[in-house]
Amino acid sequence: MIFINITKHLDTADGSINAHFELTINDGEFLTLFGPSGAGKTTLLRMIAGLEQPDSGTISVDETIWFDSAKKINLPPQKRSIGFVFQDYALFPTMSVRENLLFAAHSESSISFVNELLELTELTHLRDRRPETLSGGQKQRVALARALVRKPKILLLDEPLSALDSAMRLKLQDELGLIHTRLGITTLLVSHDIAETVKLSNRLAQIESGKIVRIAKPLELFTTHTLSGKLQFVGEILSIECDTPVYIITLLVGQSVVKTVVSAHEAQSLKVGDKTIIASKAFNPILLPMS
Amino acid sequence: MESEFIGTMVLTFKLASITTFILLIIAIPLAWVLTFSKMRFKSIIETIVSMPLVLPPSVLGFYLLLAFSPASIIGSFLTEHGIRLAFSFEGLVIGSVLFSLPFMVHPIQAALSQVPLSIIEASYTLGKSPLITALHVVFPSIRHGLISGIVLAFAHTVGEFGVILMIGGNIPGETRVASIAIYDEVESLNYAMAHQYALTLFVVTFVILLLVYTLNKKSLGGIR
Repeated sequence: MIFINITKHLDTADGSINAHFELTINDGEFLTLFGPSGAGKTTLLRMIAGLEQPDSGTISVDETIWFDSAKKINLPPQKRSIGFVFQDYALFPTMSVRENLLFAAHSESSISFVNELLELTELTHLRDRRPETLSGGQKQRVALARALVRKPKILLLDEPLSALDSAMRLKLQDELGLIHTRLGITTLLVSHDIAETVKLSNRLAQIESGKIVRIAKPLELFTTHTLSGKLQFVGEILSIECDTPVYIITLLVGQSVVKTVVSAHEAQSLKVGDKTIIASKAFNPILLPMS
Repeated sequence: MESEFIGTMVLTFKLASITTFILLIIAIPLAWVLTFSKMRFKSIIETIVSMPLVLPPSVLGFYLLLAFSPASIIGSFLTEHGIRLAFSFEGLVIGSVLFSLPFMVHPIQAALSQVPLSIIEASYTLGKSPLITALHVVFPSIRHGLISGIVLAFAHTVGEFGVILMIGGNIPGETRVASIAIYDEVESLNYAMAHQYALTLFVVTFVILLLVYTLNKKSLGGIR
């Protein structure tokens, strides 16, 4: 269990804010920090990593206190069991792929784990290459594998897929999901991609101006306030659930998640990831004033 | 005559080597502070480091001479402890270190500022101490800056004239370096000897620089 209750004064592009984050993260959970840029998502991640210091509060992981302003405890990043994946990958340019991973190794067992990770992330054939010769997706995999070498308690991912094209992003989302299931490491992801968030996370914390405004399961958060009522959209299928006798299809339309119902017969021709058109013939639009 | 020539050349390169070594030790932490620290008086330190680039060498030499003189506070303190810096080899080393400081600091600082902060942070999150990070992550990334700094500081010290003349004078075997010797030989109309010094400096400098550029190109080629 990870308990976080911290404050920090932030200077953002829209003026300064007093951020206050209160959050409990369960073991093995995949939690996404979702929100607009400048809301403080990355700062929260960096404070958990020990790369930035909160103004006050506590961060504790299991029985260990990582930060406590009252007791003047502030463990350096080296003493926190974390794996951090940076937005710019932060690979060591003078080391090969394998050397990047080996640098993180601190024991005999982690050296053999390096080979396992290279296999898992399909990097074995690239292990002697320098980072600058790799594609964006490959660099991202190296960064992820390197962050896992020390078998950290928490994996912190700072918008790791934002610089990649959509096909590579989908592939790496699958890999991230697979690695999370396989290794069961508590994972915190900073993202502003709805599809990614829905696909990967167990829970989602919506952050706005330095505050966690809601914590919910991803689909709940995106669908409760959304009514599908317009005439025609193109959407991407996020999930297909059987709710006898019908199937509930969840779609991403633009930046909103929409649910709709289809028959079992229609569901057979659909699969997750398909692009579809949703149209309404007999329309009865509902108009709600927006606050 | 010939032994005097060799003695002068040895002294010149001994001075340059010692100066470069001391500069390397001073310049790395100094460049680190100038690149990464956010302290208030950074621009003052930066200015002092860069001063020798624009200051006439005779100005620096003059003030060093005053400071080294037994009449000054520093000089009298040193004299009490039996240290004499004016017109001595040790004094030349101090003068050269100060005068060549920007030539070592600037290339290292330029290289450090190219190092993304995230790779340093990444190393910390992988459990590595600042020292290990500096040795294994930062230094390999700035090796071209280090090599440039070493070469520039060495070459600049070899070619130094004004500061040495002011604080060192022209004592054979103690403070008489090649650049002073050239001046001295020309003054006594001994052109053949002046030429011998001048050509030696010319060739040695050319070979050092050529070697560095060739090696630099090779190691760059290895990465690409």
